[in-house]
Amino acid sequence: MAPHPLLFTSCALVALGVYGILTRRNAIGILLAIELILNAASLNFILFGRWVGGVDGQAFAIFVIALAACEAAVGLAIIMGLYRTAKTVLADEVNLLKG
Amino acid sequence: MITWLLCAVVVVGAVWVVSLRNLFRAALSLGLVLVGVAGLFLTLGAEFLAFVQILIYVGAVLTLVVFAIMLTSRATSAEPADVSRYRLPAVIVSGALFGLLLSVTSTLRPPALPGASEGAVTVSALGQALVTTFVLPFEVISVLFVAAMVGAIAVASAKK
Repeated sequence: MAPHPLLFTSCALVALGVYGILTRRNAIGILLAIELILNAASLNFILFGRWVGGVDGQAFAIFVIALAACEAAVGLAIIMGLYRTAKTVLADEVNLLKG
Repeated sequence: MITWLLCAVVVVGAVWVVSLRNLFRAALSLGLVLVGVAGLFLTLGAEFLAFVQILIYVGAVLTLVVFAIMLTSRATSAEPADVSRYRLPAVIVSGALFGLLLSVTSTLRPPALPGASEGAVTVSALGQALVTTFVLPFEVISVLFVAAMVGAIAVASAKK
């Protein structure tokens, strides 16, 4: 039987996010893929909160969005610092800790 | 019907986000995905979350990402292509994950969803819950915000 369209969408978002994390070389591209996965999580929170009823699902979706904002700010700051020191944003060329 | 349309927009935008070579276009497709997900929130009766999504994601996070892409574009434009060698294993892994998730979730039968207006969570109920039931995560996330912002400024500031 066919899955619910919203569940299909969130599954697709997670799978595409994992694909993006695995294939992107640019660190900002990896960050974009992580945002896809976080969106799938908040979509699921709201969908199941709607099925169960009550306010809990939406409250946790707010926390997910807040965490995503923090993650984007810190991640982009790290990428900017990386660009300044290593002159690259490609994740597989960064080997500062290799010694 | 509108749900199917929004789902199609979200999935197509997500495919663009991970497949477009040009990172700036990928970021714009992420904006499409975010707006589509906000529309899905609206169809689920979560109006407040939809506006929070637009304000924070499209308004703040996407702007940050676009700025970061522009500031580092000198490094990316010189590179041949933003494509990894490990495309086939990535397709296998993410395809297997997708199949696994679908096989688990396709057995779920939703109860008949109430109409968009009835049973919807009001903003006042959400606010009440945030300062009563969820007051501990609320305060923890406030501290996390301060720490993240101070840390972001400290890491990105151009001293030394």
